[in-house]
Amino acid sequence: MTDVRVAGVGLTRFGTHPDRTGRDLFGEAALRAFEDADVPRGDVEELNYGNFMGALAEHQGHQAPLMAEAAGVRCPATRYESACASAGVAVREAVRTVAAGDADVALAGGMERMTTLPTDEVTDGLAIAADDLFEVRAGVTFPGAYALMATAYFDAYGGSREDLAHVAAKNHANAVPNEYAQYRREVSVAEAMDAPPIAEPLHLYDACPVTDGASALVFVSAEYAAENGLDAPVAVTGTGQGTDRMALADRDHLARTPAAADAATAAYADAGVDAADVDLAEVHDCFTIAEVLALESLGFFEPGEAIAAAREGETTADGDLPVNLSGGLKAKGHPVGATGGSQIAELTRLLRGDHPNSEHVPDADVGVAHNAGGTVASAVVHVLEVAE
Amino acid sequence: MSDETERGDGPETGYDAWLDALAAGDGFALVCPNGHGSLPPRRVCPECGATDRSREPLAETGTVETHSVVHVPAADFAADAPYATAVVDLGPTRVTGIYRDAGDAAPAPRVDERVAVDVAERAMDGERLVVFRPVDTA
Repeated sequence: MTDVRVAGVGLTRFGTHPDRTGRDLFGEAALRAFEDADVPRGDVEELNYGNFMGALAEHQGHQAPLMAEAAGVRCPATRYESACASAGVAVREAVRTVAAGDADVALAGGMERMTTLPTDEVTDGLAIAADDLFEVRAGVTFPGAYALMATAYFDAYGGSREDLAHVAAKNHANAVPNEYAQYRREVSVAEAMDAPPIAEPLHLYDACPVTDGASALVFVSAEYAAENGLDAPVAVTGTGQGTDRMALADRDHLARTPAAADAATAAYADAGVDAADVDLAEVHDCFTIAEVLALESLGFFEPGEAIAAAREGETTADGDLPVNLSGGLKAKGHPVGATGGSQIAELTRLLRGDHPNSEHVPDADVGVAHNAGGTVASAVVHVLEVAE
Repeated sequence: MSDETERGDGPETGYDAWLDALAAGDGFALVCPNGHGSLPPRRVCPECGATDRSREPLAETGTVETHSVVHVPAADFAADAPYATAVVDLGPTRVTGIYRDAGDAAPAPRVDERVAVDVAERAMDGERLVVFRPVDTA
C-alpha cells in the first residue's frame, strides 16, 4: 500500500450562490485546490466527484465529465452518489486508488446547488435519501427522520433539547473565524431554544442550513510528492465505509448508527490507531443529534454519553477533543454532495496549521472525518495524520 | 411464465397489495426461517439473504417506539402539517406511519403509547398511507 498525501485543498465559500452554476462552483474549488497543491493538471489520472441532487436542482445529470472540464482535467471521471455522503465515498475511491498504486494523482470532491429550489422542493429532494415506500410515503422528512432518532435517544438515555442547543452554539462559535462558512455568527443556547420547531424535538438551530458550495482535493502518492518536491505534510492513513438498513424502522436500535461504527473500525484498523489517539474530529452534524450519534459511533463516548459533551466543554474548541472546528455542517453549511470533501479540506488545514482555528489544536497529529448519508444508512470515515 | 408473474406481481411482493391487505385488517410481514421480519416487496430476507419467507400477520395494535411532530413538511404533506410520524412495533417488524388522533388538537404521541394500525388518506390528494390511532386502554 502506498502512503496517500493531501497535496492541495480547495473550497468555495459555502452559502447562497443563486447566480452561479454548479460547474462554476466546482471549477472554483478545483482551481484553489490546484493552486494549493502546485500539481500540474495533466498529471491527474482520475476524478472522483460527489453530487446528490443535481438532476433535481439543476436539471443536470452526467456531471462528472462536465466537472472534469470545469477543473481542466481530461481523465476517467465518475460521479458518486451516496446522499449526503456522496463526496465521502468519492474521496474514499480516490484514496484507495492512490493507495493501491493505480494512480499517482487523483482529484476528488463534490458540489451541490440547493438554494435554486424552494424549501418544500428541497425538503422533497432531501427526503429521497430515505426509503420512498416505507418512510417518505409515511410523511418522513429528512429533519423528521433525525427527529425520530432524537426522540428515541432521549427515551433510551435521557438528555434534553438544551443539550442539543449546546451543540449548535458550539459549532456556530467555531464558524465565526472560518472564511468559508455560511453562518459566521454566534448563536446562544437561549436563541437556539427559542427557535421555531422543524420536526419536534428538533428546532431551527438544530438543523444545518440549505447551502450551495463545492469542495476539491488533490491526492498524491508520497513518492510523487517526494519526486516533485511538494509540501504535502498531511496523509490519509485510514479509510472505512459502512452500510445499514435503509429505513430507520428496520434498524436494531433507533438511536445508534452502526454503519458509522463499522466505518470507524475499518478506518482505525487501516491507520493503526484507535479512538483514544484522535486529537480532533469533523463529524456529520446535519442535525445536532447527528453529532451526538457520530461521537458515540466513532468510539469517543459510550452510548448515551455524548449528549452532554458540548455542554460540558469536552468537544468545544478548548476541550479535550475539539469537534467541528470548521463550524460543522451546522454553521459552515451543508452543500450535500460537497460536504465529505469539505471535511477533509478543513481537517487538512487544521492539521497543517493554516486554518483560522488551528490555534486550538497546535499539537494535533491525528484527525478523523465522519461523513454520513441518509439516516446513516451510509457512512464513511477517514483518518488523517501529520506525516511530516 | 405464471411463476414469473406471481413472483413479480403477487400479493407478497407488491407495496400496494400490502396496503390493501393492511386496510382489510390483514396486515402482514414476510418472516424468514431465522425470524427476521420485513415488509414487501422482498425477494430475499434483507437481514440474512434467506429465500424462504412465510407470510405472518402483523399485530393490529402496537406501541410507539419513537415519534416526531413535523412542522416543515414535504410538498405533498403541506395540507397535513403539522402532523406526527411514529415508528410502531407490530410484532414481526416495525412500521412507520402517521399518528392521528380523533380531535382537532395538534397530535401528541408518546413513547410506549398503544396504537392501532390502519390505512387512511393524505389530505392533499387522497394518496393512501399508513396511520396509527390511539387505543383507549382505560
